[in-house]
Amino acid sequence: MTRSLLSLLLAIGLGTALPALAQEEQSTAPYAYRQLDNPAEEERAQALMESLRCLQCQGQSIADSDAPIAGSMRSLVRERIAAGEDPEAIRSWLIERYGDYVSYAPRITSLTWPLFAVPLVLVLLAFALLRRRFGAKQDGGADA
Amino acid sequence: MIAELGLAALWLAAALAALQLVSGVLGLTERGSVLGGVVRPVAVVQGVLALVAFCCLIYVFAVTDLSVKLVALNSHSMKPLVFKIAGAWGNHEGSMLLWVTVMGMAGAFVALVERRLPEPTMLATLAGQAFVSLGFYAFLLISSNPFERLSPVPAEGNGLNPLLQDLGLAFHPPTLYLGYVGLSIAFSFAIGALVTREVGPAFARAMRPWVLGAWIFLTIGITAGSYWAYYELGWGGWWFWDPVENASLMPWLAATALLHSASVLASRNALRAWTVMLGVVAFSMSMIGTFLVRSGILTSVHAFAVDPERGTFILGLLAINIGGALTLFALRASTVTEGERFALVSREGALVFNNVMLSAILGIVLFGTLYPLLAEAMGAKVSVGPPYFNPMSALFAIPMLIVLAVGPLLRWRRDKLARVGKALIIPVMLVVAAGIALVAIGGVPLLPFLGLALAVGLAWASVLPLRDRNLRRTPLPVWGMVFAHFGIAVALFGMSCESAFNVEKLVAVRVGDVTEVGPWGVKLDTIEPVAGPNWTALEARLLVRYGPDGKVTRMLPQSRSFWAPPQQTSESALLTRWNGQLYAVLGGEAEDGRWQLRLWWKPFVPLIWIGGLLIAFGGLLALIGRVASDVRRLIAKDKIAYRHERKAQLGLRP
Repeated sequence: MTRSLLSLLLAIGLGTALPALAQEEQSTAPYAYRQLDNPAEEERAQALMESLRCLQCQGQSIADSDAPIAGSMRSLVRERIAAGEDPEAIRSWLIERYGDYVSYAPRITSLTWPLFAVPLVLVLLAFALLRRRFGAKQDGGADA
Repeated sequence: MIAELGLAALWLAAALAALQLVSGVLGLTERGSVLGGVVRPVAVVQGVLALVAFCCLIYVFAVTDLSVKLVALNSHSMKPLVFKIAGAWGNHEGSMLLWVTVMGMAGAFVALVERRLPEPTMLATLAGQAFVSLGFYAFLLISSNPFERLSPVPAEGNGLNPLLQDLGLAFHPPTLYLGYVGLSIAFSFAIGALVTREVGPAFARAMRPWVLGAWIFLTIGITAGSYWAYYELGWGGWWFWDPVENASLMPWLAATALLHSASVLASRNALRAWTVMLGVVAFSMSMIGTFLVRSGILTSVHAFAVDPERGTFILGLLAINIGGALTLFALRASTVTEGERFALVSREGALVFNNVMLSAILGIVLFGTLYPLLAEAMGAKVSVGPPYFNPMSALFAIPMLIVLAVGPLLRWRRDKLARVGKALIIPVMLVVAAGIALVAIGGVPLLPFLGLALAVGLAWASVLPLRDRNLRRTPLPVWGMVFAHFGIAVALFGMSCESAFNVEKLVAVRVGDVTEVGPWGVKLDTIEPVAGPNWTALEARLLVRYGPDGKVTRMLPQSRSFWAPPQQTSESALLTRWNGQLYAVLGGEAEDGRWQLRLWWKPFVPLIWIGGLLIAFGGLLALIGRVASDVRRLIAKDKIAYRHERKAQLGLRP
């Protein structure tokens, strides 16, 4: 756990933020607690941050977390958005480094395809169920 | 001494549950029919004994008896009394004891008052209830004894997480448990009806108040939990599709479906197999929820594997109960016919549609919650969150909401859409108007867009069942339905507004600076230290004003430091107007003497929880209506019996 935190911080190039690992410390990254000046960019950054997982805490997005690592990631997201990068490209970059775990929006991969197959199966199943109930014995009243 | 008394009561209650199970089963056979007579009294005594055990636990917590291990681990002599008492169920062992207590009391109540069903069905129901209880008694007595002693006795207890020292949270778990356990009664009724082949309207009528009651508690529990997360955690979110939240949502979805199919079975004698199946599924979801929250599996699959005793036990219970029920269902499926037929365009048709959609949403939530655990067990980590759950559940929720607007207007058995079409012109126009208005505003994402437009139409459509009715003579359950459906529209409106029009502002300000968020002007007036009983805090005084010439109001967000255990929390400050809430959080001190402020303007956000309460209130009206008419029928029956008796006596006299 600690090692992955360290590697994250190093990867983002924030070696200086290392003492901030203690819980009460706040991230000192420039855009951890500062919004982008351009509202459209900030909105895009916010949407992306809400769908990225804080790697330190239990079930919070980096937008909601006070952990230093989440602050560093927020700053990274905002800086890259301000540099004109596409949100999905930033997400892919983060997934490449920290694995699928970091993103709350699962991609379709060999691992996650059942997540997308299940709703499809449910749609078909629901259709089949309704059809069996009403389709077979149409006794005149079913006109929809 | 009191602890030992509690333990003894618990063992006795377990023994009586075993007796209740055996005599209930034997009572169904010809040779053992004598035993059938003891089942009801045993169920009552079992419930009372469980209550005695629970009272003993409350007592040892109230007096902080530190020789009891559970008290020493979870309490502290200096805590306020109300939190000492709430501490009794704020831990694993205590909450499981609360579970069996509520379950025992509910069983006792059923045994005392339910006289509408044939006696064999009642015996099977109470035996089923005893079977489920027995599993939980075994769980408590074998692996989670709440009355275990500790030697040597420590001088002081460990205390309680400051986040949990909150009245709302003290009563949140019991509310949900009442809901979970109410569903166990529905489960037992389903078992009883299956065993004795009595799946019919009488079974649905007996089960319905329990489902309604459970559903009301679940609704309140979820609403309160969501509001607690919103104001206490300090990040302004109200629902995150967290596994713990999903654990409470899944039984609610199943109970909602069950509620609707039970009403079809009660009044139309249709959907028999489906209703029984839902009765089994609803309680399964309660047990899965308990398993997820109680086993520690959510922290990590590996943490669960290191100390698997409790989790494995619940999983075992789950497998036995659900597996058993499903086997029984499979064996009996051929004898449970579907019941009366009906057309697609009919009240039943709409309710079937609602059921199928709710079940599909349930399937998605269940799978999305469990899949990360499955993946982790296979060695990979994935996260499934709002970007998955929101669109996937909307896929089924939107068609369901459209049918919800039409369904209550349809007649039973068969109807024509043309008949109700006229009434729906206004809601459809409202939807279109809202859609146009939203396009004019611009920048509203698809899901909130659909949510807002639908909510407006649904709000109108939900009161339409009252048209052409004499309002004074409208039955309470109809009022209940109208309130609950209207509540859904209200909550949907709040949710969609929150995600479409939320304004967030993150600033570092000096004392005296003014900043703007949405229509609000916010001035940081002072920052001062304040102290509480077990914390110190920095408190900001914000002077806020709505619009250029609104009234100036104070807001006091704090950043608190607790010292036992040491922990920092931020106490958000909320200001509610009719059209939304201003939410302020004080962050840390930035460089050069400026302070971090996090501000949100959330238009119409309180409607989410007002809607939730309206839904629960609708359920309450329906419950009162149903119970009142049951009682009236009982009294009438008694009167007739009395009159017959009098006549017989008078006839005998001369």
